[in-house]
Amino acid sequence: MSDAAKLPPAYGAVRPGRIIAWTILFLGGIVMMTPLLFMFSTSLKSAGHVYDLRLIPEQPTLANYVKVLSDGRFARWFLNSTLIATIVTLSCLFFDSLVAYTLAKFNFPGRRLVFLAILSTLMIPTEMLVIPWYLMASKLGWIDTYWGIMFPGMITAFGVFLMKQFFETVPNDFLEAARVDGLNEFAIWWKVALPLVTPALSALAIFTFLGNWTAFFWPLIVTTDQSLYTLPVGLSSFAVEQSIQWELIMTGAALATIPTLAIFLFFQRYIVRGVMLAGVKG
Amino acid sequence: MARIELEQIVKRYGNITTVHGIDLTIGDGEFVVLVGPSGCGKSTTLRMIAGLEAISGGTLRIGGQVVNDHEPKHRNIAMVFQNYAIYPHLTVAQNIGFGLYTSKLSKAEKQARILETARTLSLEPYLERRPAALSGGQRQRVAIGRAMVRDPVAFLFDEPLSNLDAQLRGQMRLEIKQLHQRLGSTIVFVTHDQVEAMSLADRIVVMREGRILQVGAPMDLYNRPADIFTARFIGTPEMNMLDATSESGRLNMGANAGAVDLSGIAGLPQGIGAGRPIVLGLRPQELTLLADGRNDFPIRIEGKVRVAEPHGSETFVMLDLPLGHIVARAPSTAAFKPGDAVAFGAETGSLRVFDRQTEKLIE
Repeated sequence: MSDAAKLPPAYGAVRPGRIIAWTILFLGGIVMMTPLLFMFSTSLKSAGHVYDLRLIPEQPTLANYVKVLSDGRFARWFLNSTLIATIVTLSCLFFDSLVAYTLAKFNFPGRRLVFLAILSTLMIPTEMLVIPWYLMASKLGWIDTYWGIMFPGMITAFGVFLMKQFFETVPNDFLEAARVDGLNEFAIWWKVALPLVTPALSALAIFTFLGNWTAFFWPLIVTTDQSLYTLPVGLSSFAVEQSIQWELIMTGAALATIPTLAIFLFFQRYIVRGVMLAGVKG
Repeated sequence: MARIELEQIVKRYGNITTVHGIDLTIGDGEFVVLVGPSGCGKSTTLRMIAGLEAISGGTLRIGGQVVNDHEPKHRNIAMVFQNYAIYPHLTVAQNIGFGLYTSKLSKAEKQARILETARTLSLEPYLERRPAALSGGQRQRVAIGRAMVRDPVAFLFDEPLSNLDAQLRGQMRLEIKQLHQRLGSTIVFVTHDQVEAMSLADRIVVMREGRILQVGAPMDLYNRPADIFTARFIGTPEMNMLDATSESGRLNMGANAGAVDLSGIAGLPQGIGAGRPIVLGLRPQELTLLADGRNDFPIRIEGKVRVAEPHGSETFVMLDLPLGHIVARAPSTAAFKPGDAVAFGAETGSLRVFDRQTEKLIE
């Protein structure tokens, strides 16, 4: 008891500000969770009960899962999405941080100009870029190829910006010590600078993977071959095939959240650990 | 191990010159300390030796070879940085092993080297720890370990102790000195702390505004500082400086004359011509507290106590003179009250005379 009494008020007493914050967070949580819960709930309902809006299904069934998973197309789309999101994410982690490191740690003429040019692309909405992308893909024969789906996202201005901010916090002594120890510039980046910005890399990995996993517009435009569809495009094609089969769409969507959750849980640890590392740096 | 020779080394950033043609030869196995206030060019000079800064002019030789345009990795020098620069994501063993990155040793040989280095630095129990779990002194030792492990031709230290607390700094100073005695390696050490410079160096290089003012053994610099700057910089508390004018072999102290009795001083430097404005330097440690009525010193200084600072083993007293003040060392047994009139004496030999215009020592 005496220990508790010594704690600062933040730990002991509940302040009014906290109650307000909790309430807002709780309401926000409900708003975000409800669609997810309904998605999960609908996936457990049979076709006849889809419009029965009860959250807990009357006769829960796994039949939809069996049906979706046994449909070869779903497995294919899942694989396509996994492949594309993984490759694009790895590419972004590599190239974004390489460009960002160069911009953050090397002095060369035109450095600010290059950075501004990269940043300025952030101000152009995707919708405006889709037509030039399409023309480019079409001229180069990239329509209906994996590369066609992936190429616009292989390097992102956002990633360069994010990583540059983090690389700027890496003390130059670390890099110079490595230089004196005989590492070449690429090794300095790979072995010294990158490990020091793992929190930023994790954040970028999560953003990029989620963005590509859920990407719909561009994959829809650049593919006509069903076997190249990504999961969102495939799921929407479920919707228009005969009648809209919500229970199957929701089942597919529920399955589609699994990798994103896994990615998030995996990288989240690195975000937390990275913050701790930064905190104790001598 | 190798000699390092700097010949007319210049560093320019655009139109600004920060190092103005330095000449310095660092002998094989010598411990040289570059010391000076911040912005004096000492770190820049060190970084040019390391190859981290381009050399704008002059010649740098390491082991007889001109290395002006060599990459840091081709100079085979090791450097210890102010904030240690040990990698938080690697263990102590991996950090030390980083120094062997380019070495062609086998894995087992590398492992043996790392162990040997860790043993030398008493880091053996911590080999698997990460830097976050080490104390400041241990981190500094890891940084030194990474430098030692590959047997470089010279070690460069860039203010390595300034992030440590006073007690640890003293301890690490001793360890670095012992390490130098054991390894016999060439060391160039940069610091702004004159105590560090005095206690570590074989030779001290005093720098100011991109130029070398004086090079010499610590006691030479202490006893015969070449100019007012070095005189004040070396030694704590700093040397007392009093303005005076020479008058045919005697010294005129102006309004201070009553307080400082310089009548009949013999053995002043011969270089003092009549009417020349000079500055007299006297170390606090070279003043002796005079008991009432005693007058057996050629120089006698009287003043009023402004403040007394007991250091335990001794007490430093600041005295007000008619023009200015001086600091004097007194035994810790003496008690002082502000306003007390006291007298200190000094030998003529302890008096250093500087030219007031050029600030150079007159001999």
